[in-house]
Amino acid sequence: MSEPQAPHDRAEVPAIAVEHLQGGYEGKIVLENVSFSVRTGEIFFIIGGSGCGKSTLIRHLVGLSHPTAGTVKFFGTPFSNADLAGRRARLKSFGMLFQGGALWSSLTLRQNVALPLEEHTPLSRREIDEIATLKLAQVGLSGFEDYFPAEISGGMKKRAGLARALALDPKIVFFDEPSAGLDPVTSRKLDELVLQVRDLFGTTIVVVSHELASIFGIADRVIMLDRTEKGIIAEGRPRDLAERSADPRVTEFLRRGQGP
Amino acid sequence: MSASGESGEARVTATEVDGGLDVALAGSWQITAARPAWTALVAGRKPALIRLRMEAVGKWDTSLVLFLYEAQTWMQAAHVTCDATALPPKVRTLLQQLAATREASVPHDRSESFLAGVGNATLDTLARARTASAFLGESVLGFGHLVRHPLKFRWRDCLEEMQHCGAMALPIVSLISFLVGLIMAYQAAVQLRQFGADIYVADLVGLSVVREMGPMMAAIIIAGRTGAAFAATLANMKANEEVDALETLGISPVEFLVLPRLLALAVMMPLLALYANGLGILGGMAVAAGVLEIPPAAYWIETQSIIDLSDVSTGLIKALAFGVLIGLAGCWRGMQAERSAAGVGRAATSAVVTAVLLIIVGDSIFAVIFNYLGW
Repeated sequence: MSEPQAPHDRAEVPAIAVEHLQGGYEGKIVLENVSFSVRTGEIFFIIGGSGCGKSTLIRHLVGLSHPTAGTVKFFGTPFSNADLAGRRARLKSFGMLFQGGALWSSLTLRQNVALPLEEHTPLSRREIDEIATLKLAQVGLSGFEDYFPAEISGGMKKRAGLARALALDPKIVFFDEPSAGLDPVTSRKLDELVLQVRDLFGTTIVVVSHELASIFGIADRVIMLDRTEKGIIAEGRPRDLAERSADPRVTEFLRRGQGP
Repeated sequence: MSASGESGEARVTATEVDGGLDVALAGSWQITAARPAWTALVAGRKPALIRLRMEAVGKWDTSLVLFLYEAQTWMQAAHVTCDATALPPKVRTLLQQLAATREASVPHDRSESFLAGVGNATLDTLARARTASAFLGESVLGFGHLVRHPLKFRWRDCLEEMQHCGAMALPIVSLISFLVGLIMAYQAAVQLRQFGADIYVADLVGLSVVREMGPMMAAIIIAGRTGAAFAATLANMKANEEVDALETLGISPVEFLVLPRLLALAVMMPLLALYANGLGILGGMAVAAGVLEIPPAAYWIETQSIIDLSDVSTGLIKALAFGVLIGLAGCWRGMQAERSAAGVGRAATSAVVTAVLLIIVGDSIFAVIFNYLGW
């Protein structure tokens, strides 16, 4: 059994604690009373069918949208209710990989990775460039430092996006559908990269995905959202849920990926 | 049924059988070809029961389903019993699906009372005013931050923007300002010549270019050129989640994207206006020399005698204000854009419209203020 194991959780305070979150976008409520917590060093997946509010939830977690009710705490400190300056200060300890990479198109890959360092660290130009080159090498993009985002492929953009997300050695990294639009091999490599990041730095990782191969491959724990329930319908280890869940929506979703 | 019945165009025959009507479809039913009309078939008839058959149908597609659906709806309305048991199950399933979508797509009644409409529009306007003032407030705060921490500012981006909105706009600004000066001089020449006051062309052109037309024409060109570019760039960045990426890294998009652009325009607009003034006067001079036979030196001396520093400075103050307004309109529209390709286009359009509107309104306000101050 090669199931990934979460590292032992010594800290009492969870890395992320979401309490009674209610939220949505453009006046529509898509999440009601969502509560869960993520342990430090855990690879935590938010799964569910299209339109169930996965991406909305992650936007609320990183402060891109504001919940209409409830709180989000990181390492015990409230985040969603903090003022702008407090939130910005907190954001330095996060990284986020967006669906399309979201690299700044007017900057080269090296400049993309260097920007968060320039903004938030007192490092010298030379040190920043060295770190940027190292981060790009870690995601397998050595030699592409001076390319612009428009000149590289979709999978490379995602890896460069990951390098940027890791630039400040964040404690938590969020992934919004990392395998969307990637071929199975590239997507598998990205999963390996995620595992490597967690194992090397003990980073807490939150992934929004509906890619079953990734869910069974690297997830320690998952929550499943549902559109009609507007909230969590299942929580646990993916294999346990697939085998033992009493909810047909959960088993149907998860068993499709296990083959015959 | 003969094999020939299954080909050929779509046909339908109705035979009366003991009180009921036996409707038999035949031929090939294709959506790209014409199909018989149900109402023509049953015109004037009122049977108690209609039996539908399609044994003689060859190829068929949605065309046949539409016809049968038309038949069914007619039968329901006319209270005629429908016997569809002879239809193949596939067709019956499709018919049920079609009926289900028709029921679901009953148009939603969007009409609302007049009061609700006014209320919604008011709320909408208030919400927009709130986002606009929040944006303005954040820009002012960002500027304060820039003054306190000038080294943190992205001067390189700012210089690049200056090059784009300033130096690269010179050809078009030159052409338009020169031509505007030229047009005004022609208009003035026709009138002033009647009184033998040819030399006063220089006064008219000089004053109106320096006080009004120079800054205004430069601003309108920049609104169309740079304001639209700002909106399109920012809207595109928003669509690509690049703005979100800044937010999640704790970098203020206003400080990072808006301020360098605003500052670039605020610096370049007065310079462009000054340049436009010069070219406008040159246009007037060309007409004076070519048509009125006033020597350029005389024209220049007359211009100098009428324009004083307050005229130039009012023009430059306005140009500075226009620059800030264009920058704010462009960046605000860009940051407000929807996350789509169409949103980028709409943002660019509305940025130009907003900027031109603000320029004209701002100019009128300045006219009143300067008149009051006696400048």
